[in-house]
Amino acid sequence: MSGRISLRLLSLAMLTAGVLLVSIAIGAAEIPLRSVLDALGGRGDDPARTIVLNLRLPRAALAVLVGGALGLAGAVFQALLRNPLAEPYVLGVSGGAAVGAVAAVVLGWHLYAPWSLPIAALAGALIAITLVLRIATRAARGFDTRVLLLAGVVIGAFFHALILLLLTFASAEAYRSAGLWMMGSLAAADWPAVLMLAAYLLPAMAILVLMARPLNLLAMGEETALYLGTNVERVKLASYLIASLLVAAGVAVSGVIGFVGLIVPHAIRLIWGSNHQLLLPASVLLGGSFMLAADTAARTVAAPAELPVGVITALVGVPLFVVLLTRRAV
Amino acid sequence: MSAAPVFEARELRFAYSSAARPVLDGVELNVDAGSLYAIIGPNGSGKSTLLKLLLGALEPEGGDVRFAGRPLRGWSRRALAKQIGVVAQGEEMPFPITVRELVAMGRYPHLGVLGRPGPEDRQAIDVAMERCDVRELAMRPISTLSGGERQRALIARALAQQPGTLVLDEPTVSLDIRHEMTIFELLAELTAKDNVTVVLVTHHLNLAARYADRLLLLDRGAVAAEGAPRDVLSRETIERVYGWSVAVSSHPGPGRDAGAPQVTPLSGPDGS
Repeated sequence: MSGRISLRLLSLAMLTAGVLLVSIAIGAAEIPLRSVLDALGGRGDDPARTIVLNLRLPRAALAVLVGGALGLAGAVFQALLRNPLAEPYVLGVSGGAAVGAVAAVVLGWHLYAPWSLPIAALAGALIAITLVLRIATRAARGFDTRVLLLAGVVIGAFFHALILLLLTFASAEAYRSAGLWMMGSLAAADWPAVLMLAAYLLPAMAILVLMARPLNLLAMGEETALYLGTNVERVKLASYLIASLLVAAGVAVSGVIGFVGLIVPHAIRLIWGSNHQLLLPASVLLGGSFMLAADTAARTVAAPAELPVGVITALVGVPLFVVLLTRRAV
Repeated sequence: MSAAPVFEARELRFAYSSAARPVLDGVELNVDAGSLYAIIGPNGSGKSTLLKLLLGALEPEGGDVRFAGRPLRGWSRRALAKQIGVVAQGEEMPFPITVRELVAMGRYPHLGVLGRPGPEDRQAIDVAMERCDVRELAMRPISTLSGGERQRALIARALAQQPGTLVLDEPTVSLDIRHEMTIFELLAELTAKDNVTVVLVTHHLNLAARYADRLLLLDRGAVAAEGAPRDVLSRETIERVYGWSVAVSSHPGPGRDAGAPQVTPLSGPDGS
């Protein structure tokens, strides 16, 4: 049984590697696959190496990281809330991040210090997480996930109203920048950002993936999880906080990129079922490769203009998902 | 005196909110090792609440529960899950998993979060599926099962835990007679051959009378009667607790069923 899981993960890892190579090869300057491989191996000519190693590889790595984090967080929230509609932004994290980012844009901070935008977004996201958690633990004895969902949705709505309020005071230029940020983009990728994010995301992702068994049980219901030996309160709190922090970091660097965290886990559930031992790592890999493919399309389809990657994930992801859904429903 | 009772409850008191009438008040019980212990009573008499208190899913407001001689709060959840298999009521799975994946979860208490399953785990899963007759269903998604198949799969998961104690909340509700009898026979076999202690809530007075060693009859949160089936299931007691006229006869047999009290509700609440 675990052999089958490894085989399926291996096939997804190969898919990710394939998408990565293709993504690095195509763009404003086409680079043959052979030169891509040479450059990755530290050989080859200089211009190709610069493009591959300093431009395309960090951006591709960022796409895989953010997509993987979103896919994973979506799968975890669905199990925690026992709700198939849950996705990474359902608990208000994106709303909080967007308030921070829009505030930075409207106040013009990002013009003086570009890094103030991700910092403001991260701060907003952390405020949202804290608020939602406090409401959820105060309203009910313990940590009721139904209350958590309600708290997340209303805090999200509140933040979206704040965004609209901020935007009424924005100049046309700031309005456009804020709008683009909210559609998501991976264009800001460089190595320091990628490495910082990786140092933060990879351990968090590893912890969540190792929580597959408790999450399997939690998805069956809290009482069942308890009777099968789970420390339910601890698992709920840990998975909520770790998944929310993943989303917060992702949103801070790349804006709000919808649908990845909803579609990716469900696509895997439809094909391979809901065993989290497979579902969680598979959501990382498929989320990463899907995001990378979407971002590659975003920067090449209308070149030299760049499309918002969040638009691509929805425009391509939704029809693909509908096909899968209707095929499997028979 | 032999070993400590498997479950021991003293002066149990519980209310879902402080304002409400307590659901249980002053309940006591002793469940002996290797026995089949049935909890019966009208709707709302507190049967499921009592199970949840015994299992530590609810905290009592007063009194205490001991498992194997130790207070419940002295047990870690994982240690309890190695000892007690539970088939709760109304478990719903919002996502697709197969029967085998479900049964395999019964090994989690033994494996912990990261342990690798070995041959003995696979064997426990196979044996549990065999005993509950769900081997052919192994690769079927839970959502495609009938009520009886689902119930058998859930019991298989509890057996995969290889527990010394099995606790079931109305395990045969909505099952036809063959499936219902299969499950009662399985429970009887577990107590007789494997020395498993079984605690079960059921509405089926006649099957409880035939299979259980002892009955606990709950009425509005208090113990109305406790003891061997023929002592608990008297006409007077049942009529008083359930508010309906009944006739109580004796099972004709064969075998160990002979003499078990059998309750037949009469037409009309006062037997007219």
